[in-house]
This record gives sequence, structure tokens and C-alpha cells, in this order.
Amino acid sequence: MLFKGNYHGASFAELLQVDYPHLMPQFASQLPASSDVSIPHGTTVLAFKFAEGVVVAGDRLATEGHRVASRDVEKVFETDSHSLMAISGAAGPCIEMARLLGVELEHYEKIEGEALELDGKANRLSNLIRQNLPAAMQGLVVVPLYAGYDLRRNVGRLWKFDITGGRYEEAEFEATGSGGLYARESLKNHCDAGMDRDAAIAAAVRALTDAADEDRATGGIDLQRGIYSIIKVCTETGIETAPESEIDTLYRALLAERSGGND
Amino acid sequence: MSMPFYVSPEQVMADKAEFARKGIARGKSNLALEFGGGILLIAENSTGLNKIGEIYDRIAFAGVGKFSEFDQLRKIGVRFADTKGYSYSRDDVRGKGLANAYSQVIGDAFTRDPKPLEVEMIIAEVGDLRLAGHENNSIYKVMYDGFISDHHGWAVIGGNEEDAEAVLRSEYAEGAPMGDAVHLGRKALERGTGGSSSLGAENLEVCVLDQSLPVRKFRRLSTDEVRGLLDG
Repeated sequence: MLFKGNYHGASFAELLQVDYPHLMPQFASQLPASSDVSIPHGTTVLAFKFAEGVVVAGDRLATEGHRVASRDVEKVFETDSHSLMAISGAAGPCIEMARLLGVELEHYEKIEGEALELDGKANRLSNLIRQNLPAAMQGLVVVPLYAGYDLRRNVGRLWKFDITGGRYEEAEFEATGSGGLYARESLKNHCDAGMDRDAAIAAAVRALTDAADEDRATGGIDLQRGIYSIIKVCTETGIETAPESEIDTLYRALLAERSGGND
Repeated sequence: MSMPFYVSPEQVMADKAEFARKGIARGKSNLALEFGGGILLIAENSTGLNKIGEIYDRIAFAGVGKFSEFDQLRKIGVRFADTKGYSYSRDDVRGKGLANAYSQVIGDAFTRDPKPLEVEMIIAEVGDLRLAGHENNSIYKVMYDGFISDHHGWAVIGGNEEDAEAVLRSEYAEGAPMGDAVHLGRKALERGTGGSSSLGAENLEVCVLDQSLPVRKFRRLSTDEVRGLLDG
């Protein structure tokens, strides 16, 4: 490992490109153009605003074609104290990108002595996605959601991305992945920007359940195995992970409501 | 053709050392001090240019001397640590390896370059009680010529080191609360500057490696927080 390199800026990704190119994740060159290798994929993730900030949530299932690759994968990552990235797409590159973004944000903060603005963080993620374009063209698509609390404007904000690194700020909510459409429908009906934290968690449980109901590649809450969705809340004070017991209670109430109150 | 004058290696080294020492002594002191909940880093500094910085989860940097030089070294340390943590694991980034790397670079510059680096630094690493074998605190000091030493309890760099050290030697107590450590640190810094000046919160830069924080244990204390600790 070099101690004195040639790069003098504040970006960790650029540092890797200049001084440690072998450490920069490059997925494109490692796969033939038409690959029939099966790779785990993540499915439904969502983000929406509520009164105090944003909620970011995701199911736990990873699939390889029609098979289950993992039942308890985590798709929501804390990239720093006030921002979250939720991943859908090819699991390997997605997870690596979340890890790289986490180091990128921390690195900038340490070098410059001040954290990036939330806009700047989203822009860095755009950059990383753009660099992954060759791999995306081969099928290794990374299309994350990025959300956080903007400490300058005192408001929660969220973005979606396309494979070219295009960045689109959303006003209320967004969901991506194979079950994203159904989660969006659910959020459209049950989500409003003025709700409090508890109502927001309930809306997240409902949206994930609706997505899992319609999309076979999305894993619902698995009471039998005790596997719960990951739901994280980001507000001015930082990030909180909703406890499993709370999700359990909300999910059972939802089931009871759907079976006509007889359960 | 003119012949260069012969100067003995001893003379070259002595001159360089004197030059570096003078540069460093002009600055103010900076010190690291273990307390019950971690390691306190405290420097006399009324400017916005930081002399103490975060390197990695459990590692902090404190520098004295020429700002441009030690700040450059701080950044090199951050790049080294982040790259190592990214390619191995976060727990593989250790203060000892970093202090050794600094010692090499500064030592090389001292022998090779016409002008030595006018810097001294402290690399402090707080222990993590959850990791077997990583429980203990470490404090390393690296001098302008690359000389490296490890310290228990406390270490001082810059300014009038001996006077500040005398205070710490007689008054340092293991496991003291953070408030006491801030008081003692300030006293040592005051003695280091001749004992005449009285340092308020606005003249101090105070950071801690706080054992109770989850991952990144470095925290910079605000002026108000320091004032609260000094008044309390």
C-alpha cells in the first residue's frame, strides 16, 4: 500500500482510480457480453417523505432467476449519519457501490474538514453510477434510491437514478425494483407528507406487503422465519432503524385488517 | 571548475535538526491525554485552521509546526487509512502501522531533502473493548527526523514541551473523567506557553476519541461544550 500517492483531491473514488486502479470495482470487463451466469438480484426498495424527514425501506429477498438466493439480504445502507442508499438490481455491484459511497462521503469529510451538502452527496452517487454504465449495459444494473435529511434546509429529500447516472429528485415518494410499481401504488394511496413517524412506518409496512403480494420476486415479511423488512427513518437527529417488534405488530394488524378483522 | 565545499554528515544533520527544532518551537503546544472514556486531544489554537483531525474510526492526528506540512501529512494519513480499510477491513487499520509509515516518510525527507519537515505529530488510537486484542489505547509521537516513540497516559508536542510535560507528570491520574482531563490539558498548555496566559474555551481546540461512540469515535467539541466543561 502506497503511503504517498499522486492524487491530492478529496474524492476517494478518484483516489482509487489514480493511485490504486486495481481496487476500483470494475464489473464490466469481468463478464462476457452475453452472459448466462446467474447473479443475485435485489427487488423492492422504497423511500418517502414524512413530517420529520424520510423513510427508506426494503424487502429482504435476493433472487437468482426463479430461485431464492438469500432470504435475509440487507438493501438499505447508511451511507453516513444523515443519508441512506437503498439498492435494487444486481446485488454484488449494488452492495459494493453502497460501500464505496460510504467511504467516499467519509473521506471527503475528513480531508476537507466539513461534510458534503446532501446535493453534493447525491451528485457523487450519480458519478459512481455513470462509471458503472459499461457493466449496466451487460446486465449488471445498479439503480438505487438515495435519501437523507438536508441539515441546511431542514427537510428530508430523496432521489432516484437511472443507469446513466441521471438523477431525479422526487417530491414525495419513489420505489424501484421489480415490485416498485406496486409499492408506488400503495404509497400513493397511504402516504402523505404530514404524517408522523409511527404512521410513516405503518405506510412502509403496507407498501412492502402490497409489493410482495403482487410481485413474486419481492419477499414479504416472513413470520415463520422471523425475517422482517428493513425500515430506516432519517431525521434531523440521525438515523433510526425501526425495531422488529414494531414491524411485527404493524404487520399482524395489517393481516387482521385484510382478513376482515376475524384474525 | 569549482569544487563544492565538504561538509561532514554530522554537521548536515545537526544543522537540519536545529532548523526543524526552531520552526517547531515557534508554534504552540498540542497534547494527547488518556481519560476514563477514551483519549482527549487538546491544542492551543484560536484560528479556524485545525491542528487536530480524524484519521479513521479509532485514530486521531495532532500536529504542530508548519501548518501546510502537517496538514498535508494528515491528508496522506487519511488516504492511507481509508484505502486500507476499504481493501481489507475497518478493524485492520491500526495506529501503529500508520505511525510507522509516518516515521518512514518524515525520516526519508529528513535525510534526503535539503529542508527537513518542520513538524511533529501525535497519532492516538483509542481501544475498542469489543475487539479482543484491540482493547488498549496507544499514543505515538513522531518527530521531525522520523524518530518514533510510544507513550502511556499522555504525550506533548510543540512549544515548550518540557514545562507542559512537568505538569502532566505530576498531576496525571489514570481513568479521570473527561472534564478533569480538559482542565489538566489546559493547565499543561498554559504552562507550556510560559504560564502567564490564561486559556479560555475560545483559545482551545479540543477533540476526543470517545470509546462510547459506535464506529467513528472521533468527535470535535464545540466552543460551548468546552466552556461548559471548563466551568463545570
